[in-house]
Amino acid sequence: MSLTLDQVKKVAALARLELPDADLAKMADQLNAILGYVDQLASVNTDGVEPLAHPLPVQNVFREDVPVPSLPVDAALQNAPVRLADFFGVPAVFDTDEPVSH
Amino acid sequence: MSLIEKTATELLALQASGQATAAQIADAFLAAIKAREPKVKAFLLVDEAAVRQQAEAVDAKRKSGAKLGKLAGVPVAVKDVLCTKGVRTTCSSKMLEHFVPPYDAHVVERLKAEDAVLIGKTNMDEFAMGSSTENSAYQQTTNPWDTTRIPGGSSGGSAACVAACEAPVSLGTDTGGSIRQPAALCGIVGVKPTYGRVSRYGLIAFASSLDQVGPFAHDVTDAALMMEVIAGHDRRDSTSVDQPVPEYTKSLNTPVKDLRIGIPKEFFDEGLDPEVGKIIEASLKQYEALGAKRVPISLPIGSKFAVAVYYIVATAECSSNLARFDGMHYGHRTKTKADLIATYSKTRGEGFGKEVQRRIMLGTYALSSGYADQYYHKALKVRRLIKNEFDAAFGQCDVILGPTSPTPAFKLGEKTDNPLAMYLSDIYTISCNLVGIAGMSIPCGFTAGRLPVGLQLLSPAFDEDRMFRIARMYESATDWHTKRPVV
Repeated sequence: MSLTLDQVKKVAALARLELPDADLAKMADQLNAILGYVDQLASVNTDGVEPLAHPLPVQNVFREDVPVPSLPVDAALQNAPVRLADFFGVPAVFDTDEPVSH
Repeated sequence: MSLIEKTATELLALQASGQATAAQIADAFLAAIKAREPKVKAFLLVDEAAVRQQAEAVDAKRKSGAKLGKLAGVPVAVKDVLCTKGVRTTCSSKMLEHFVPPYDAHVVERLKAEDAVLIGKTNMDEFAMGSSTENSAYQQTTNPWDTTRIPGGSSGGSAACVAACEAPVSLGTDTGGSIRQPAALCGIVGVKPTYGRVSRYGLIAFASSLDQVGPFAHDVTDAALMMEVIAGHDRRDSTSVDQPVPEYTKSLNTPVKDLRIGIPKEFFDEGLDPEVGKIIEASLKQYEALGAKRVPISLPIGSKFAVAVYYIVATAECSSNLARFDGMHYGHRTKTKADLIATYSKTRGEGFGKEVQRRIMLGTYALSSGYADQYYHKALKVRRLIKNEFDAAFGQCDVILGPTSPTPAFKLGEKTDNPLAMYLSDIYTISCNLVGIAGMSIPCGFTAGRLPVGLQLLSPAFDEDRMFRIARMYESATDWHTKRPVV
């Protein structure tokens, strides 16, 4: 089975990736080559096999709930693309007349 | 032999005996960097003043009579995927071009606590995705043995700088072979620790169930010393295991008696460069001469399907991990004014390079509704079968030996247009990450064209101490680890 251009567009939208239209065909070809190789997994009999998501036999790890110092506000905000007071400045989520910050 | 060709262990001895100061050592390596970087291009950042300051602080501490750390005055290069407080950390991505971490990675804290001198940040494939360091957004690192060839990847800068004697030791990360493969191609030692042996705190995540931090060094002794420093529990990484760290350097020179070396027949099938095969065969004979016994083993599922499993598991995890790069809290944000969703998409379209985008796409698809069973869940089941296969193999042998890479270093540009061919260059290293065991590559010879070849050792989980002893057996009978390229 191979990915169509429309499917590639849909996956790009899911991944929040804006790809130039000119790149889509090449991306589709490369993904299809990789998926073609990956499809050989279908030939392995995995009936009754438990999935292995993680190599360690640990499930949940607990510790005492003891407060420790967090990053100071200025340190946490030092890489913010836009800082507004003590907050991260982001484009408006809802329709608004307020200017969008960038 | 000049200072820059010394090992970390030798540099520590020279300082202890008063034959060299940390400042002299730092100056020697800074001079090497100045002279060799135009060709090698291993470093993204070297702050000379900060390097000298750290070295002088070590000398002052020594003068004061205070107890010094295990790496006092030893320059250490750090892959640019590890956060360094106040020092730019880019992951070789435009996405993090101006990112200055507000904290240190756990391993960086450990280096500082042991008085190491952080000499610089090294180039890599963007977000550690690649096998040649050609996916860096900034520069092309070359192989110090032949600068028309790739150094391997993704930790290409950390491997090349040690091979080129620009630093005696360095840190890299290994998700599918990203320490062992460049170590092999650059003729040095590289260690992928057991999953959970080293904290991943402050390591910018690629695939969280596979990533581990590990050292590069000229020899096994230095690699073991580095492991003593970076291994151990850290409450900030819930997958770091609370288990005592052995003093690897103490046991190192005790050979393993009645050593059984497992030789997977599939590692010598077609796909292996015949010249590399001959060199590996010679190193197996060397082990036999040291009293080891060969145990023929078979890893049919891992050898055939590990790459396919990896490119589903790793891309699925990366598509999730890299969702954090949305231009809101740190990193690149598009200059184009748009609504929130379009701002995400434009930011990520502009900030990520081609290979990163390809992997995010693949992982998103493998996890998407309607395809997750066919791809992601299927891959996890085959992953379990590969683990079972390794568990059974380690019932018959102490260590699994074979080539680290199917070929020596290839030419720059040779595989950049064929992602699948590039992925297959990790065929021998990938299973180790999928099953979470320890592995390392040690230098074991050169091709006729004077390119280094690496021997891979795979060991059961948390068996690093014995793995280092086995590696040291070979090393003490050979002199490949003493070779340095003419740069």
